[in-house]
Amino acid sequence: MSDLQNTNETKNEQLSLNDDRRVRTLSPGALVAQRFFRNRLAVVGMVMLIAMFLFSFVGGLISPYRQDEQFYKYTDLKKEYAAVTQNADFRYLSADGKNFDSIAQAKFLLAQGKGETTFETKDATYELTEEGKDFYMISENGETVAIAFKDIVNKVADLSFDEIHAALVAYTNDEKAFTVADTEYTLDEDGNIMKGGETIGYITRFVISSAQSDVVISREYGEEVASQIAADASEFTFTGEDGEEHQYNISYDATAKVWSITEGTATYVYDSYASPSKEHWLGTDTNGMDMLTRLMYGGRVSLIIGFIVVIIEAVLGIILGGVSGYFGGWVDNLIMRIVDIFYCIPSLPLIIILGAAMDAMKLDPQIRMLYLMLILGFLGWPSIARLVRGQILSLREQEFMTATEACGIRTSKRIFKHLIPNVIPQLIVICTMSLGSTIITEATLSFLGLGVKFPFASWGNIINDVNNAFVMTHYWFVWIPAGICLLIAVLGFNFVGDGLRDAFDPRMKR
Amino acid sequence: MRKFILKRLGLSVLILACVTFIIYALMRSLPASYVETMAMQLSQAPGSKPYEEWIAQLNESYGLDKGVVAGYFVWLKDAVRLNFGDSWKYTVPVTQKFSEVIWLSFVMGLIAFIIELLIAIPLGVIAATKQYSRADYAITAGALIGISLPTFFFATLLKLLFSVKLGWFDLYGIVGRDYAKLDTMGQLLDKANHLVLPILTLVIVSIGSLMRYTRTNMLEVLNSDYIRTARAKGLSERTVIYHHAFRNTLIPLVTIVGGSLPGLFAGALITETLFMIPGIGYTSYQAMVAGDIPFSMFYLTFMAILTLLGNLLSDILYAVVDPRVRIE
Repeated sequence: MSDLQNTNETKNEQLSLNDDRRVRTLSPGALVAQRFFRNRLAVVGMVMLIAMFLFSFVGGLISPYRQDEQFYKYTDLKKEYAAVTQNADFRYLSADGKNFDSIAQAKFLLAQGKGETTFETKDATYELTEEGKDFYMISENGETVAIAFKDIVNKVADLSFDEIHAALVAYTNDEKAFTVADTEYTLDEDGNIMKGGETIGYITRFVISSAQSDVVISREYGEEVASQIAADASEFTFTGEDGEEHQYNISYDATAKVWSITEGTATYVYDSYASPSKEHWLGTDTNGMDMLTRLMYGGRVSLIIGFIVVIIEAVLGIILGGVSGYFGGWVDNLIMRIVDIFYCIPSLPLIIILGAAMDAMKLDPQIRMLYLMLILGFLGWPSIARLVRGQILSLREQEFMTATEACGIRTSKRIFKHLIPNVIPQLIVICTMSLGSTIITEATLSFLGLGVKFPFASWGNIINDVNNAFVMTHYWFVWIPAGICLLIAVLGFNFVGDGLRDAFDPRMKR
Repeated sequence: MRKFILKRLGLSVLILACVTFIIYALMRSLPASYVETMAMQLSQAPGSKPYEEWIAQLNESYGLDKGVVAGYFVWLKDAVRLNFGDSWKYTVPVTQKFSEVIWLSFVMGLIAFIIELLIAIPLGVIAATKQYSRADYAITAGALIGISLPTFFFATLLKLLFSVKLGWFDLYGIVGRDYAKLDTMGQLLDKANHLVLPILTLVIVSIGSLMRYTRTNMLEVLNSDYIRTARAKGLSERTVIYHHAFRNTLIPLVTIVGGSLPGLFAGALITETLFMIPGIGYTSYQAMVAGDIPFSMFYLTFMAILTLLGNLLSDILYAVVDPRVRIE
């Protein structure tokens, strides 16, 4: 300003006092612009709007992804493979030709628990001998009737009672060899019973049952599991019969005393709710689509809907308000009663009902979007019509209108060329403000699932995901950025609208 | 004055008739999904009539078989006797359901409205008296942020902060799970506790417009001649603002406050739905989404009446409060 004054002063010498050039004149538009840019909030709003427009319209072009591009990932789906329990109950094997029934078994358990060496049933008296750890031999009059054991003998070849008996004696006493009927048998560390280099059976306390009906647990697998459990491992790999390596996890359930073995299978799934990363700056949504790209395209939809709705409102409002204000009389009366009626229609409930009806009709999302814009526009024009009418009522009494009449200008031209342009400032303000509120209405409807529908994104239907409480609490990146975008855009429109209102108002102090 | 009120009342009734007819025609031309679903369910029961017969019977019993105009007059005849039929969704008379839920909405709305008034008016006055100061910018920005906040987003933020992270309030509903075990006082406190977040949402989201309205009107008054006169007389700034300016600002304020009184019964459709508060808003939302024509018709009519009543009230108040306004 000081520079300007200086130059003015130097010029003042040549110019006469009433020369127009002495005063720096600004056109009304420049004055408005000056007042607008002096308002800090308005400038902030302008910056916010430009940022959101760039984000939505340019961002979509820059983004490497399409709006409905889905991303996949391999995940390890844990499938229950087998369950392993450690045998805790006695099992019984009767000697050939003997019978050791369940009553006797129960009596044996009582006696064993009390540490007695004999027990009686109805017909016989049995003696029990502890031959090894958790291993008892039950005899009647010195003759072996049965054995009770917790370590289970699995047969590979056929095993006789004597062989099993001897093998268990050796196993429970940690012996490496035993002899039955002059034949040498050996026991290795894994509990394999070998006869002349050939495995005829094995002893283990683990019972493995398959969790899937189509899987047969192989012996090698069982041994591997047993040794892994003994080693307290939590995961192991095992090369199956197909020659492929599989990954297994072992988890122990202390209350049920069961080791469950789960197999990790790589499955190709949607990469849903992925956390923000280098590829996806804001993560992915429930369908495995890139959140940032969805936000950009959602912004396009929200902004375009806002603009189209406001254009519909403005066109209807200007035409009806202009006609009503210019002609007055019964036309004015009629149009204003229509405006009253529209004012009275509760718009949000009505749109919700129409949205629910469109749901019932299963409309195509694109057509639905079109209807949404038409409905919103058709319900929103009365406030603009009222504004235009009010302004025109006062303008048409002014001299320039008398002049247009005197010049014989057509009525339509008089309204739309001479009256409407004078309403433009107020129109711009009200349109900017209603852009903001239209975007909120659309977002609210989309949030309720009654507005813009998948596959189209809008800021409202992106936030829709929070209806799932788990998403709300665990995946902030799914809904908070969309809400912030919405807030920034609407706030931008309101700041700018507010700034324009002040700037257009000549009574304002600056 | 009486003539004016009578004329406005007559006009309002006429407008109401038009509005209800438009709404009725719209509702009738929609696919009545509720009737169809019900007919489908009934027809699938063993040994039942076919779907078409059920739908015909249901349409007849609900009066949907008449033409739109004839149907409207049947509806209107019942409606003026305050008989709005039975709600399809709630299977009780509409007015009965309405009287069950309206008071909760009213209490919620009233508390929120009082808080709004207590905050918005002083802040609006401060913003106007210190125009373009830092305080003015802060208040204006705050008001605009409140206007710009989408209800659902703000409510979800509140839920995340106060319900999930801090665990102070429940996420949904009006009563806690121990409600039945509490005594009368405890039950009241429990309900109050559940209303905190919805009321907070309502206040923040709707406080902005009242604040801006106060500011604009206060500015207008401050620019008027009689304020300049008061200042020229040498009155203290305090007297000028609170004795002369604020009293004149009260005229538009009383008008708008009076006009929004009927709106307290309207309930908060979105807020109630978000917090599942069983007021008129949430009840109607469920009815509308389910295609419950009697209840929706009633709700829309009720809302229209509230709007008309609000306009009428603010016009009358304007004439009553401002002695310069004379209605011929």
